[in-house]
Amino acid sequence: MSQQALEGITVVEFTAFAAGPCIGKYMANHGAFVVKVESASRLDGFRTHYPPFKDNIKGWNRSGTFAMNNDCVHSIGLNLKVPAGVETAKKLVAKADVVVENFTPGTMSKLGLSYDVLEPINPRLVMLSTCNLGQTGPRAEHPGFGSQLTSLSGFTHLAGEAGGPPMLIYGPYIDYIAVGYGYIAVLAALEHRRKTGKGQYIDLAQYEGGAHFLAPALLEYQLLGTAPERQGNHHLEAAPHAAYRCAGEGNWCVISAMDDAEWKRLVEAIGSPAWATSLRFATQLARKENEAELDKHIAEWTSTRDAQEVMETLQKAGVHAGKVNTVPELFTDPQLAHRRYWRPVEHKEVGKHHAMLPAFNLSATPCADPRPEPCLCEHTEMVLEKLLGLSKAEIDNLASQGAVELEKSLTPATSKS
Amino acid sequence: MGKLPKTNPAESTSALDGYRVLDLTTPLGHPCGKILGEMGADVIKIEPPSGDAGRSRSPFYKDPSGNDHSLFWISYNTNKRGVTLNLESAEGRAILTRMAKEADFLLESYPPGYMDSLGLGFNQLSAQNPKLIYTAITPFGQSGPYRDFRGGDLEIMALSGLMSLTGYPGKEPLRISLSQSEAWTSLYATMGALTALSHRQANGGSGQFVDVSAQAVCVILCAHAPWFWDYNRDTPSREGEFMTGRTITGAKFRTIWPCKDGYLTFIIYGGPAGQKTNYELTKWMESLGMAPDCMKQKGDWSQFEVATITQPEVDEMEEAISKFFVNITKAEYLKGVAERGMLGYPVASADDILADDQLQDRNFWQPLEQPGRDQPLKFPGAFAKFSGMECGTRFRAPLLGEHNQAVYGDEMGFSSQEISRLREAGVV
Repeated sequence: MSQQALEGITVVEFTAFAAGPCIGKYMANHGAFVVKVESASRLDGFRTHYPPFKDNIKGWNRSGTFAMNNDCVHSIGLNLKVPAGVETAKKLVAKADVVVENFTPGTMSKLGLSYDVLEPINPRLVMLSTCNLGQTGPRAEHPGFGSQLTSLSGFTHLAGEAGGPPMLIYGPYIDYIAVGYGYIAVLAALEHRRKTGKGQYIDLAQYEGGAHFLAPALLEYQLLGTAPERQGNHHLEAAPHAAYRCAGEGNWCVISAMDDAEWKRLVEAIGSPAWATSLRFATQLARKENEAELDKHIAEWTSTRDAQEVMETLQKAGVHAGKVNTVPELFTDPQLAHRRYWRPVEHKEVGKHHAMLPAFNLSATPCADPRPEPCLCEHTEMVLEKLLGLSKAEIDNLASQGAVELEKSLTPATSKS
Repeated sequence: MGKLPKTNPAESTSALDGYRVLDLTTPLGHPCGKILGEMGADVIKIEPPSGDAGRSRSPFYKDPSGNDHSLFWISYNTNKRGVTLNLESAEGRAILTRMAKEADFLLESYPPGYMDSLGLGFNQLSAQNPKLIYTAITPFGQSGPYRDFRGGDLEIMALSGLMSLTGYPGKEPLRISLSQSEAWTSLYATMGALTALSHRQANGGSGQFVDVSAQAVCVILCAHAPWFWDYNRDTPSREGEFMTGRTITGAKFRTIWPCKDGYLTFIIYGGPAGQKTNYELTKWMESLGMAPDCMKQKGDWSQFEVATITQPEVDEMEEAISKFFVNITKAEYLKGVAERGMLGYPVASADDILADDQLQDRNFWQPLEQPGRDQPLKFPGAFAKFSGMECGTRFRAPLLGEHNQAVYGDEMGFSSQEISRLREAGVV
């Protein structure tokens, strides 16, 4: 196997849910050694709170939300409420290049693991704190989840039909924006360290990352005095620009014609029906004006056709079109399959399932086949041996103080949280 | 002719000081160079002489001289210098080839195969500059059955699966009304480019090719939905303003609530944060005599779990909560949830965000000058606060060909006669 891009980088995570863990997961996909500090007394909420659980049976090693964000990561059991647990965490940090944490601001200080404490131990450390609103400001300590922060950040307002209520955007949309910026911030700080020899602290507010994704709307309000509103799938100028019902249950295909030339190709591709030659649809302006009628005509054409066939027919004619993939179809989509976006893993409790790789493919240093998400405390001994050189006896001693937690000591009964 | 100037990396105060980026992207890739520029890279946006497609994206701001400026262009091309170059001409290609010898990164988002056909593909340019990191940003990727498909935001969001999860059940699947795929795809392109830089630094200086697919990027907008299928062969779908998939009973939860002046987000959660939220909301409602018995009876809510709750239990609580929310404003709600440590936020729009005191207090906004305006705009600042280096907006998006003289003349050493000739020949 060729050398991976981030091989040799050690990451210690104090993370839960999505925004922190997914950064470490992506780094691990590219070869970093990533250690997630966990404890049976303080579980990642994704292990315990939310489905899917394998076969609908709850259990901390059976969570699909956890699987998404933690493949290739190593789980070490450390109880940070026990002094020797905190001491062990500091020793791990001393060996690390990167610490990622996404607790509510103030939590790392309470645990005795703030940057002020860690920096003297390891001046080369890059530490990223990622949270909803940032480490400072009047509402810094207000807790929140990404699925709702997506609303404060302006995205929910922009999902829905014109004039209708806003729609939920699935999942913690803004968390994954922050994952991207967090990953970039960490690699940038490591690059800076190569030049200066110094680490640093990074305060990332998910809310602020989101504002970059809304930049044109923020400028519109300031420059034009208007704010963008919900408009279904429609476009300010282009028509058609919508999703159309296709043959069979729940099948849809989007179609858009961005200018008059593309419209002409579309008309030809659907067999130049009489309605399409009407002056009511001859120009972009006219089509936009008569959009409801236009959408109805196009939907009539698509309604008897297979969504995949609609997409391929129109694409062949040089027209924008795309099947609305359902979730199961993501696993059979030929393009995603070609890119090997989903990779099979075998988890000892869940069995065979899939991990998702980063959406950028590197030609010289591709991702290795991933390992499944870790079972709770699965790698405690391995990590303590590898990073701290501890012997079995030393590890057992820490375990007897309750400072470290071993997978074998967690009883099956307790694993069904 | 002189070499392109490079600052000494040892003097750096930004992560990417001294790095040169050639940005040949169309709108799908615009934000990538912007982010690299925020971290100090010298980004040169290279446009066809007729102008980049992003300049003609609506809506527009008309400056006092009557010139239209695309808000998309202004937003995603900050921190770039701009030159024009006709890659369809032999001389244009020769100039780019020369520039690529000195560059660290090249970003492009033309259809797959186009750059190769011009002799400007990865293999051709890396042969003369092995350290070049060449990032190609396309709707579907460089190979595979959909590689030549056309994909705008709508098609990308459809094929990513996100639309199947947005909208009312059985009705039209929806995208987000403000195009999002450019920012998402460019975010991942930047991740890829920096991953390749890490490799180059650690492994003897070789660059590589980074192939970014917008469709693959946007699958992450489905969040954990794919694991419902992967684990249990369940199919998550769109549920309007409701959230499903959080219980083993199949109960669904309201997420969007009408309030006095718009909408709020609130979701009944479990776990410590959810239990506290529900407890605080019950107290808040009780203070106005609006808490129903079913909520008061939960006591401190410490035994409350979401995964096993039934639909009738949810409905009973939500009916009372909706009556409470309809009488409060977005601002009252934001103040209330912050004071009480509850989970929940108003559904904000651009004007609410610009007015938020949290962002003001953190000095998030940076001034952005715009031609013809006395007052600078409030523009999103650093995507993160770094204790040890600079990050953020340094200067506005370039006008068409604004830096032709600086780049071709001052840095590459073309004389003004040569530049005039290139202009007349349609090269720049």
